[in-house]
Amino acid sequence: MNTDTMNLDLSEEQLAFAAEARAWLAEHVPATPLPSMDTAEGFAAHRAWEAELARGGWSVVSWPEEFGGRGAGLIEWVLFEEEYYRAGAPTRAAQNGISLLAPILFGHGTDAQRERFLRPMTDGSLIWAQAWSEPESGSDLASIRSTARRDEERGGWILNGQKTWSSRAPWADRGFGLFRSDPAAQRHRGLTYFLFPLDAEGITIRPIAQLDGTTGFAEIFLDDVFVADEDVLGEPGDGWRVAMSTAGNERGLSLRSPGRFCAATDRLIDLWHTHQEQEPLAQDAVVDAWIKSEAYRLYTWGTVSTLQDGGDVGAEGSVNKVFWSELDIALHGTALALLGPEAELRGPSAVSNGRWIEDYVFSLGGPIYAGTNEIQRNIIAERLLGLPRGGDGRKTS
Amino acid sequence: MKFVISDEQRALAEALEQIIEGAGGTGVARAWAAGDRAPGQELWAHLAELGMLGLCIDEADGGMGGTPVDLVVAFEQLGYHAVPGPYLESAALLPDLVNPAIREGLIDGSVIATAAIPGLLTYALDSASSTHSFIVNPDSISLAKAGEPIGSIDETRTLSELQATESATTLDEQLVATAIDRATLGCAAVLLGAGERLLHEAVEYAKIRRQFGRAIGEYQALKHQLADVRVALTFARPLINGAALDLGSPAGPRSVSAAKVAAGDAALLAARVALQVHGAIGYTQEHDLSLWITRVHALLGAWGTARYHRNRVASFILSPVSQLAPVA
Ligand SMILES: Cc1cc2nc3c(=O)[nH]c(=O)nc-3n(C[C@H](O)[C@H](O)[C@H](O)COP(=O)(O)OP(=O)(O)OC[C@H]3O[C@@H](n4cnc5c(N)ncnc54)[C@H](O)[C@@H]3O)c2cc1C
Repeated sequence: MNTDTMNLDLSEEQLAFAAEARAWLAEHVPATPLPSMDTAEGFAAHRAWEAELARGGWSVVSWPEEFGGRGAGLIEWVLFEEEYYRAGAPTRAAQNGISLLAPILFGHGTDAQRERFLRPMTDGSLIWAQAWSEPESGSDLASIRSTARRDEERGGWILNGQKTWSSRAPWADRGFGLFRSDPAAQRHRGLTYFLFPLDAEGITIRPIAQLDGTTGFAEIFLDDVFVADEDVLGEPGDGWRVAMSTAGNERGLSLRSPGRFCAATDRLIDLWHTHQEQEPLAQDAVVDAWIKSEAYRLYTWGTVSTLQDGGDVGAEGSVNKVFWSELDIALHGTALALLGPEAELRGPSAVSNGRWIEDYVFSLGGPIYAGTNEIQRNIIAERLLGLPRGGDGRKTS
Repeated sequence: MKFVISDEQRALAEALEQIIEGAGGTGVARAWAAGDRAPGQELWAHLAELGMLGLCIDEADGGMGGTPVDLVVAFEQLGYHAVPGPYLESAALLPDLVNPAIREGLIDGSVIATAAIPGLLTYALDSASSTHSFIVNPDSISLAKAGEPIGSIDETRTLSELQATESATTLDEQLVATAIDRATLGCAAVLLGAGERLLHEAVEYAKIRRQFGRAIGEYQALKHQLADVRVALTFARPLINGAALDLGSPAGPRSVSAAKVAAGDAALLAARVALQVHGAIGYTQEHDLSLWITRVHALLGAWGTARYHRNRVASFILSPVSQLAPVA
């Protein structure tokens, strides 16, 4: 067969890999859903699930074997994710570390850092929180004010300031974030990337209840927190460049794999079968959710092909992020329309224990985190379409 | 697994672009609309020489033996350049349904054929400029004659109802269904091409048109609308390519319908936004933007409406036995 011809064919090995994943998941995925990850009890259960995944060798399939992976390719990763969501497996508590931090550690970390941090990331024993946003710095991340002061004597840095909206910080073990290490430097310059323990002396974590009432994120106050040189990622002062290599990952391939939307669409179709009389007009919305999930699934194969050919996702990741975040809300909103007066219910008397409304509320955050959709549209317009920057020439993408 | 077009397909697209531009680009559509068919017929002959008219016909039958992916690559170009004429009918729908003599004529360009499909393609396009008109039924085909010409909002399109002039020749239903889906998929690709061109024109205009002392492309209100067009087109494309791979398989009709819906929605958004970005100049017939705006609106209702195609997707995914089956 001409391998240059467009095709979606999978090799015997790839199909066998997917089958192996499916079989393992069928046997190990908890029969009753774990309690919400955004509660102490639920977080512990999700940590245990990460350990279980690691024991099966499924927690980081695409990583090299020496760090606990299977050395699998991108195609296998997508297949695994498809199986993972189809099996209804728990949300990954380790996601921040695995998909945002690890790629940077592989690219910019020291051997010692890779040794210390990567393996524990794979079995739930080291869970990371992303500490980027600050009260005055959301979309405009380069304006951050939290500081790092050099401490030559102890061979490290003293961190001060405040981070916020840090997902899973209430229960996570370590944080990664940017601090201004050169007070004279402006904006993107003079920032340093730190990896710090969340139980270090001088750190206070204040959980924040989210829309659904659970404490999914937290404020992190840093008051003269000492961090040794070994916990600096990349060169001091080079933090922006280092950090931006995760931004692409977050928006592009790794944050939302298509399996998630395909699985949710399958459940939406089931819901339509039992609830269609509630909202006869919802049929088109169900069809559109299916079409868009399918578009996303196929688009991802295109991205995988491009990456395998040595191409780059680049600003295309922004197109991706706008699409999946809007799809997610439309899909879950359709479920609420089908549920009608039952839509608001939570707990055991609700359909699927209230999962639809909870997942809907979760979807509402999609256009905000990982760079708001307005910022993504700026990026698409300026970097993909080549439109000029705004009036004052300031970079807003 | 490889889900991007090949170098050869990129070359095909470039070759088409050169030929169309060489024939006068949008000037061909302008002339066609004004009743001067010569440039369009000349382009038709050139494209026949390139093999475009026999793209989907087996090499054994004198065609190019191309794949449905080749077909959508080609039709996207026709949409991008607003090429007029019954290409979907002649190059995608009819080759498998007509007798060998006519098929030969289709390939070499001596036959220009159009068609109507009751319930799906109500009006035949450009009958008067065609050598043959056909009525295609689910299990048969017959030669037909055209009724009174009817104008379209797209001035390159002259439409008519058809009346059979001979008794129908029986055809295999599956063969007809796949042929219709092939042309419908081609239509989705034309819509994608038109949408891409509308976006391109709007972006270029936004860079040069100045108001309040700035390029209008600096204004976020326009940037974000254009970004949304980029998103919609980017996610229509994989559905079209995926449907090309599925064509002729049991999933074919479902995938073709999904592609037509997504391409139609994306192209319509592109048309609306491109017009808005241009302001009044875009609202004129004189500006070339009108070629794609009117083409998009014309094609939304042809080859099955969005209603028809959403229902067809629903009949697959919402029937009790089906599920969202991955290709794997
Ligand atoms: C559920 C959730 C989880 C999160 N998890 C984390 C986490 O783990 N770690 C972390 O560091 N942060 C996290 N965040 C924070 C997130 O990164 C920020 O909310 C985001 O960057 C936006 O910042 P902001 O909330 O301060 O909004 P702002 O930046 O103040 O924006 C407010 C509004 O103004 C718009 N806006 C701002 N600038 C522009 C512009 N140039 N052009 C057009 N519109 C503009 C925005 O799009 C938005 O609509 C999380 C947020 C949510 C909702």
